[in-house]
Amino acid sequence: MEIPKSFLGYKRENGRAGTRNHVIILPVDDISNACAEAVANNIKGTIALPHSYGRLQFGADLELHFRTMIGTGSNPNVAAVIVIGIEPKWTKKIVDGIAKTGKPVEGFHIERTGDIGTVMKASKKAQEFVMWASEKQREECPISDLWISVKCGESDTTSGLAANPTVGNLMDKLEPLGVHLCFGETSELTGAEKVCATRGATKEASDKFMKTWSAYNDFILKEATDDLSESQPTAGNIAGGLTTIEEKAFGNFQKIGSCKFIDVLEPAEEPKKGKGLYFMDTSSAAAECVTLQAAAGFNIHLFPTGQGNIVGNPIEPVIKLTANPLTVKGMGEHIDCDVSKILSREMNMSQAGDELIKTTLRVANGRLTCAEALGHKEFVMTKLYRSA
Amino acid sequence: MATDIIIHDEKDNVGVVVIDKIKPKQECSCWIMENDKTVKIESINEIELGHKIAMVDLNEGDTILKYGHDIGKVVKSIKKGEHVHVHNVKTKKW
Repeated sequence: MEIPKSFLGYKRENGRAGTRNHVIILPVDDISNACAEAVANNIKGTIALPHSYGRLQFGADLELHFRTMIGTGSNPNVAAVIVIGIEPKWTKKIVDGIAKTGKPVEGFHIERTGDIGTVMKASKKAQEFVMWASEKQREECPISDLWISVKCGESDTTSGLAANPTVGNLMDKLEPLGVHLCFGETSELTGAEKVCATRGATKEASDKFMKTWSAYNDFILKEATDDLSESQPTAGNIAGGLTTIEEKAFGNFQKIGSCKFIDVLEPAEEPKKGKGLYFMDTSSAAAECVTLQAAAGFNIHLFPTGQGNIVGNPIEPVIKLTANPLTVKGMGEHIDCDVSKILSREMNMSQAGDELIKTTLRVANGRLTCAEALGHKEFVMTKLYRSA
Repeated sequence: MATDIIIHDEKDNVGVVVIDKIKPKQECSCWIMENDKTVKIESINEIELGHKIAMVDLNEGDTILKYGHDIGKVVKSIKKGEHVHVHNVKTKKW
């Protein structure tokens, strides 16, 4: 198949391109959710991103909070941002971070004004932003403007046999075209970590990966009270035939094809070394991982599933593929790309990779994903430890 | 003959059922992805889609190989053709 060299995206002020054109209402903290949701209810075409944290955090955990907030607002799938927090200082910090992209952003704080006054002021600005954004048109963008993140979920053995290698086939075909790629799930590479480390493009990248994996594994061993069965692998994984974390890890690892990773990113860290594949230190919980990848600037997500994970994200479209025919049959409304014919050997991996590339470009051009049509917009912050 | 079981790597001692289920004493056709060879095996148990079958006899302490790599240890001996899962295999990691 000849791969199209372009897609229709939204060009942003900082040179990036979006596959979506959202106006988001971003709460700085848990107690500002009500206000953000009221604004999104008032002004049609905006979307609130409620979450559970943002108060009394400190140290690396607070840095991650700010990185996730600023990164989410800065994502090229977002046209404009309203930030609402309880206090002015942290609200302004997030507004200033997002403003560096050049996109419209305005902050509001609730103290001394209350919810009702804040909702009124923020709604007026949100209306202005959404009417401005609604006039933006899709334009032809080079395929290298795609930043593709990947994460698998509710995996079974069909994931490692077929759906994950399909993503790997796509990576092998799109990497030479200059796209950015990102995989994560530090804990879920356990058992395959040494093999994964050999896929660092440099010794520095390999060493950084092993250091990151070891730190995560030490944390798990410290907190574990059993062999993690039903947590990792999950009960769904086990029902689907996956027996151990090692088996799950080697299946997971198929997603990167034969690509090598050029750098290891902190959670939600924006890649800075140009085109190519990056590894990001993330948990293996779907919504946490995708939220971090979206915050790092990735604008389209590929999500292979076995038993049928249904996750979505408010700003980054999540494309589901599966090779499990029972999942296609039982919950087809969640599946954007069916590669189950690989199991019956009526489809080979290269054909499946081509199908996934076609689906990815259709979604990049504006076709809704199943998760978008079904209203899945899980936005889940990663919290490193308790607040002070 | 249609493929009932797929094996990732020639070194693997387990295969994955890729049809709805295989029945006890079923003569199954196994396709090895790595070298495109086909081998046969007779099942002992009913095994569902996605679940694994032992391609050889395995003793307690043996290593399960899938993708050509170590994916865990045998904790209860397994006969060739038997279902391989959490009741007879455990992680070596956690």
